[in-house]
Amino acid sequence: MKHFSLPVNNLIRKPGRTTVLALLTAFLALAVFGGSVVVLSLRSGLNSLEARLGADIILVPSQAQSKVSFQNMFLQGTTGAFYMDASVPEKALEVEGVEKAAPQTFLASLKADCCSIKIQVIGIDPERDFTVQPWITRSLTRDLGDMDVAVGCKVEADVGEIIRIYEQRCKVVARLEATGTGLDTAVYCDMNTMNTLLRAAEEKGVSHKIESGDQVISAVYVKVKDGYDIDAVNSRLNGHIRKVTAVRTRSMITGVSDSLAGVSRTVTVLIAAVWVLAFMILLLAFLLIIRERTREFAVLRLAGASRGMLSRMVLAESSLCGLLGGLIGVGLAALLLFPFAQLIESALNLPYLTPKPGTVLLLAAGTVLLSAAVAAFSSVIAAYRLSRVDPGAALREGN
Amino acid sequence: MVLKAENISRRYFRKTGGANYFFAVRPMSLKIAPGEMTVLTGRSGSGKTTLLSMLSGLLAPSEGSVRIGDTDLYSLDDRTLSRLRSEKIGVVPQGRSAVDTLTVLENILLPAKLYRKPLPEKAASEWMERLGIAQLGEARPAELSGGELRRMAIVRALVQEPEVLFADEPTGDLDDENTRLVLSVLRDYAHDRKKAVFMVTHEDDALLYADRVYRMDGGQITAPAGQEE
Repeated sequence: MKHFSLPVNNLIRKPGRTTVLALLTAFLALAVFGGSVVVLSLRSGLNSLEARLGADIILVPSQAQSKVSFQNMFLQGTTGAFYMDASVPEKALEVEGVEKAAPQTFLASLKADCCSIKIQVIGIDPERDFTVQPWITRSLTRDLGDMDVAVGCKVEADVGEIIRIYEQRCKVVARLEATGTGLDTAVYCDMNTMNTLLRAAEEKGVSHKIESGDQVISAVYVKVKDGYDIDAVNSRLNGHIRKVTAVRTRSMITGVSDSLAGVSRTVTVLIAAVWVLAFMILLLAFLLIIRERTREFAVLRLAGASRGMLSRMVLAESSLCGLLGGLIGVGLAALLLFPFAQLIESALNLPYLTPKPGTVLLLAAGTVLLSAAVAAFSSVIAAYRLSRVDPGAALREGN
Repeated sequence: MVLKAENISRRYFRKTGGANYFFAVRPMSLKIAPGEMTVLTGRSGSGKTTLLSMLSGLLAPSEGSVRIGDTDLYSLDDRTLSRLRSEKIGVVPQGRSAVDTLTVLENILLPAKLYRKPLPEKAASEWMERLGIAQLGEARPAELSGGELRRMAIVRALVQEPEVLFADEPTGDLDDENTRLVLSVLRDYAHDRKKAVFMVTHEDDALLYADRVYRMDGGQITAPAGQEE
């Protein structure tokens, strides 16, 4: 006969008891891991949004929709279009404190025969752009050519595929990294391609309210020179350029950031509540188990087990239970969170970017270890009391 | 190896009359010699099990000392005492004494398992054969009768070949035939292997197998005529 491990043996041969304790810990692990992944995903999403916006100020036509709907374009990927004079970037550069001004043009494709998919198309000027171009460069080593498009990670089109936008054939040359924002559902092209698409759209009867010739843009991303007060530059831009509104990007992010803080607080409170509850239940469960196991420990004591051995045995059992529960909880949370990330994103209405696999694995390992530690900690009283069983008295009881 | 108890007593807190405590075992001295089977009889509540617990290193006396050879049991720390008990002292307790999650054989090998010693499987199978439970090695305690469980506990105590074996009512759940079997096994263990056996019992038959008989009453021990130390 091989040597057998008493704690492992006890867990295997008391499956009911083990299952209940493991499920309690699994509940704990699910809350911690799930909650942490959601909060981290929201933080990653916000960071990504900040990086992608990458500008201090955005100039949009004054008649453009409200700031809220402008935000929704970035956060939820709702399609929209508004246009202004293409000379706005040059006018912006005249304002003191403006370092860079990069135009972008928006076009919404239709859910109709002329278009493969309903999508937001964003035209950029690769030479002047400092927000989208660095992102594209990570996936495409050359410039976007005529009728080339780079697609966000949530667009259903593969590299090499041809997609039709207003009957124009555009070749997908790159798929961009995820940002967790509405930018993932957009298609990017250069200004030449955008002008071709705008003309094709007009032919399809889509009005763009173009005021000056062919060249139109939707927004100008402004970078303020170091040392300048952004609010002051924002005011100067509003005064200097007519029919244009300057919006601080931070004001867009602030709303998201506030919502994120709210969600984080709620999740943290929920996690704390689950921890307290689960800890109390585990503590109670282990104390109830004392009664059931007094005789067993009396026998072990008779067989020569020291008090330390008995304590270690209880702690080993509870830690193993915690490890098992931790693994189950983390596994369940992963099954619930990762396949339904998009659903969570739309439910929360916030940028949501799942953390990198390394971070997730680290978090999972931490949660499993924490679950084992909490289970062990909650069994300390039980371990102490069981190790002090008087074998003679315990074995006489109930005979 | 001789086990000696000197002036041991055990008091418990209880308000009785003018006192705050009572003696479960009154001060006494006792010697258990190798090669002898000692039997302790007495009425229920007379302190027999308390005395057995003190002698076997499981319950510290309120006063006095218990020595096995030159070692004072209760001067040792719990770890050392537990190891010494595992190696030199075997105990068959009253009632059901099995770990339910282990098989009968695993229960029997438990003392060796606890200290990661080589498992005495050969000795276990010999003692199981002798006590008529050879076929029960893979059974679970829940599947055994009271008598079979009792014999399992006896094998567990014997398998480590302890210097002193304590048995508390070892024939409690046994029929006449098995009672005789157990008594002869314990006596033979004492005589053939020159070990000490100390047994607490109500069984009159046990007196026939005993080399020395003590009687206990009200926490005090008395020896029949001719057997006084």
